[in-house]
Amino acid sequence: MATSIKKLPDIEQVLSGNGACGGCPATMGLRIVGKALGSNAIMLLTPSCSVASMGMTPRLGYNWPCINITFASAGSSASGITHALEVMQEKGRLHGELPTVFAWVGDGGTYDIGFQALSGAAERNDNIIFFCYNNEAYSNTGVQRSGATPRGSFTTTTPTGKRQPKKNMALLMLEHNIPYVATATVAYPGDLYDKVVKAKNIPGMKYIEIQAPCYLGWQFDMPETVQMSRMAVRSGAWLLWEAENGKISFNNPSSLIISGKKDAAPVDEYLMKQGRFNRLLKGPDAESRIAEIQGDIDREIAFIRERAKITI
Amino acid sequence: MKTAQVIMDTGAHAAALAVKSARVDVVPGYPITPQTSIMEALAAMVENGELHARFIPVEGEHSSMAAAVAASAAGARVFTATSANGLLYMHEVLHMASGGRLPVVMCNVNRGIFAPWTLWADHQDSMAQRDTGWIQYHCSSNQEVFNTILQAFRVAEQINIPVMVNFDGFAISHCLMPLTLPSQEDIDRFLPPYEPEWRLDPAHPSSFSNVTNAPEYAPFRQMLSDDIMASIPLVKQAAQEYKDITGMWDGDTIDTYRLEDAEVVAFAINSMGAELRLSIDILRQQGIKAGLLRPRLYLPFPAEDIITALPQNAQVMVLDRNYNFGHPGGILASELKSVLFGRRNDITVKNRVMGIGGIDLTRQFMAAEIRAMMDE
Repeated sequence: MATSIKKLPDIEQVLSGNGACGGCPATMGLRIVGKALGSNAIMLLTPSCSVASMGMTPRLGYNWPCINITFASAGSSASGITHALEVMQEKGRLHGELPTVFAWVGDGGTYDIGFQALSGAAERNDNIIFFCYNNEAYSNTGVQRSGATPRGSFTTTTPTGKRQPKKNMALLMLEHNIPYVATATVAYPGDLYDKVVKAKNIPGMKYIEIQAPCYLGWQFDMPETVQMSRMAVRSGAWLLWEAENGKISFNNPSSLIISGKKDAAPVDEYLMKQGRFNRLLKGPDAESRIAEIQGDIDREIAFIRERAKITI
Repeated sequence: MKTAQVIMDTGAHAAALAVKSARVDVVPGYPITPQTSIMEALAAMVENGELHARFIPVEGEHSSMAAAVAASAAGARVFTATSANGLLYMHEVLHMASGGRLPVVMCNVNRGIFAPWTLWADHQDSMAQRDTGWIQYHCSSNQEVFNTILQAFRVAEQINIPVMVNFDGFAISHCLMPLTLPSQEDIDRFLPPYEPEWRLDPAHPSSFSNVTNAPEYAPFRQMLSDDIMASIPLVKQAAQEYKDITGMWDGDTIDTYRLEDAEVVAFAINSMGAELRLSIDILRQQGIKAGLLRPRLYLPFPAEDIITALPQNAQVMVLDRNYNFGHPGGILASELKSVLFGRRNDITVKNRVMGIGGIDLTRQFMAAEIRAMMDE
């Protein structure tokens, strides 16, 4: 059982009064992450909503030392910091428990422009936690498509709906043979918290992806962020899982869907709640395009179900 | 001065030895010809325990500089090296290093840039980084490479500006020359441990290089511009103190040869500066009062030292190993003219581009070029 939301520590690393939109899932996710990591950490950010909301220099809405770096570089810059800290400790210039080095990056900085540096850091198994908060578009620049944008979604650069499926970044990271990979979402804060606590105590590369429904980009009502996140999981459009040393285990309620104990909710209801899909659903070819989206979800479920059987 | 050791070594390996004796903490690296042998040597030194540092084998030069700046922000002494397209690929992050006031030291082993591909030296790569806010040295010998890397760390860390130490691919990087290695004790005396005024530290949460409004951004940029200029006395001081401790001297901001009574002055940087001494001797034998002025510091451009050093009514022959596209000739000539304008109207400046993509620049060739330029 995941830790109850009532039992999460009182510590707040996300300070009140920052510049995020109401109902911002990235901020919610970061708040939970802060409770798990505590204050002994160094944060890296690339251009994204979480930079836009952290406050302008010299103000800072996060209670960590925060370094903004070039968009493509979260993985390699995090490597630089973790190696620097470790070697300075070896040489006697730093004492005590070393800070956790973590990157907090949007899906653009993970799936697209930051992919190479992330892949390099993962292949070297450098001691960092890389968080992707995935709102499935470049929300900070006004909602353009990214590699994480699902098929059918309208963005300002896919005005008739995206024609390609998203890539499965978490699985790609799993195949880098790193010690820990997990997916999470803001509707299950205890699950997210537990995964971050686990990652913090594992040496080497950790990748945690947090699905982050953005009311602005996805076009739903601001108070429904958490509800949207829950619907994504219940429909199987987002799966909760973690993998320690390559062995996948599923978390509730995704585990029930994977094992067949419970049917996923039809995707229609989840899609209809979101303006980014419902324009497509009003078109003449709505039926076939919904079937495509459902097909993408079914394929991902089938794939990971089989992948999870590999336990060597 | 303690007993020094003299060996035969390549420029690339001399660079690695200097980095080792600077006791660096972190070295991100990615292979590119002709720089690769520096990284190979440093990786081996880390692996066999000669150098207590972390070598990070990154997946590209953009990441190399991104790891370097971040490690520097964490409080480490950092070195990396690159060439040509690797340097161009880093371009964005070079700005972060200077804007972030992170004293990274990097060797750029000069090589012409793509397209088409060439493996051999010219200076288009580092000249294309002119406006990134880095201090740039250009070295004319293996010994100068060694000496300059140590001076570069000192200057960089005194003024929090990154320093690029340039030297020509192959002519310097791969040629054996005698190399004097000062004792580690002397080097430690010259280059104290790096103690940053600020670093990423959870005890002091603060943002670094976050978004600024114009009233904050503009002063940051002004400060960088002012401080680059203010590095000139530090460069001179570093050269002088290095000489006091090790006895070695390569010049400070500039290096000169037979300049005092010269009527014709060769003006060039990097390995050309070594070969040109021999061209000057040839010209002198032919009865031409020739001399050499080699800017060892390319950025900040040592304007005052050049203005002071040039003899009255000299003809200055600028030999550029780069193109100043959109203008006739090369970039050095353009820089020199802008410095002389209104200050030294007695000086005539002539310019030729040569040695592009590694075309061999012999003493005879350059002497003949200078003679031909005299008749223009």
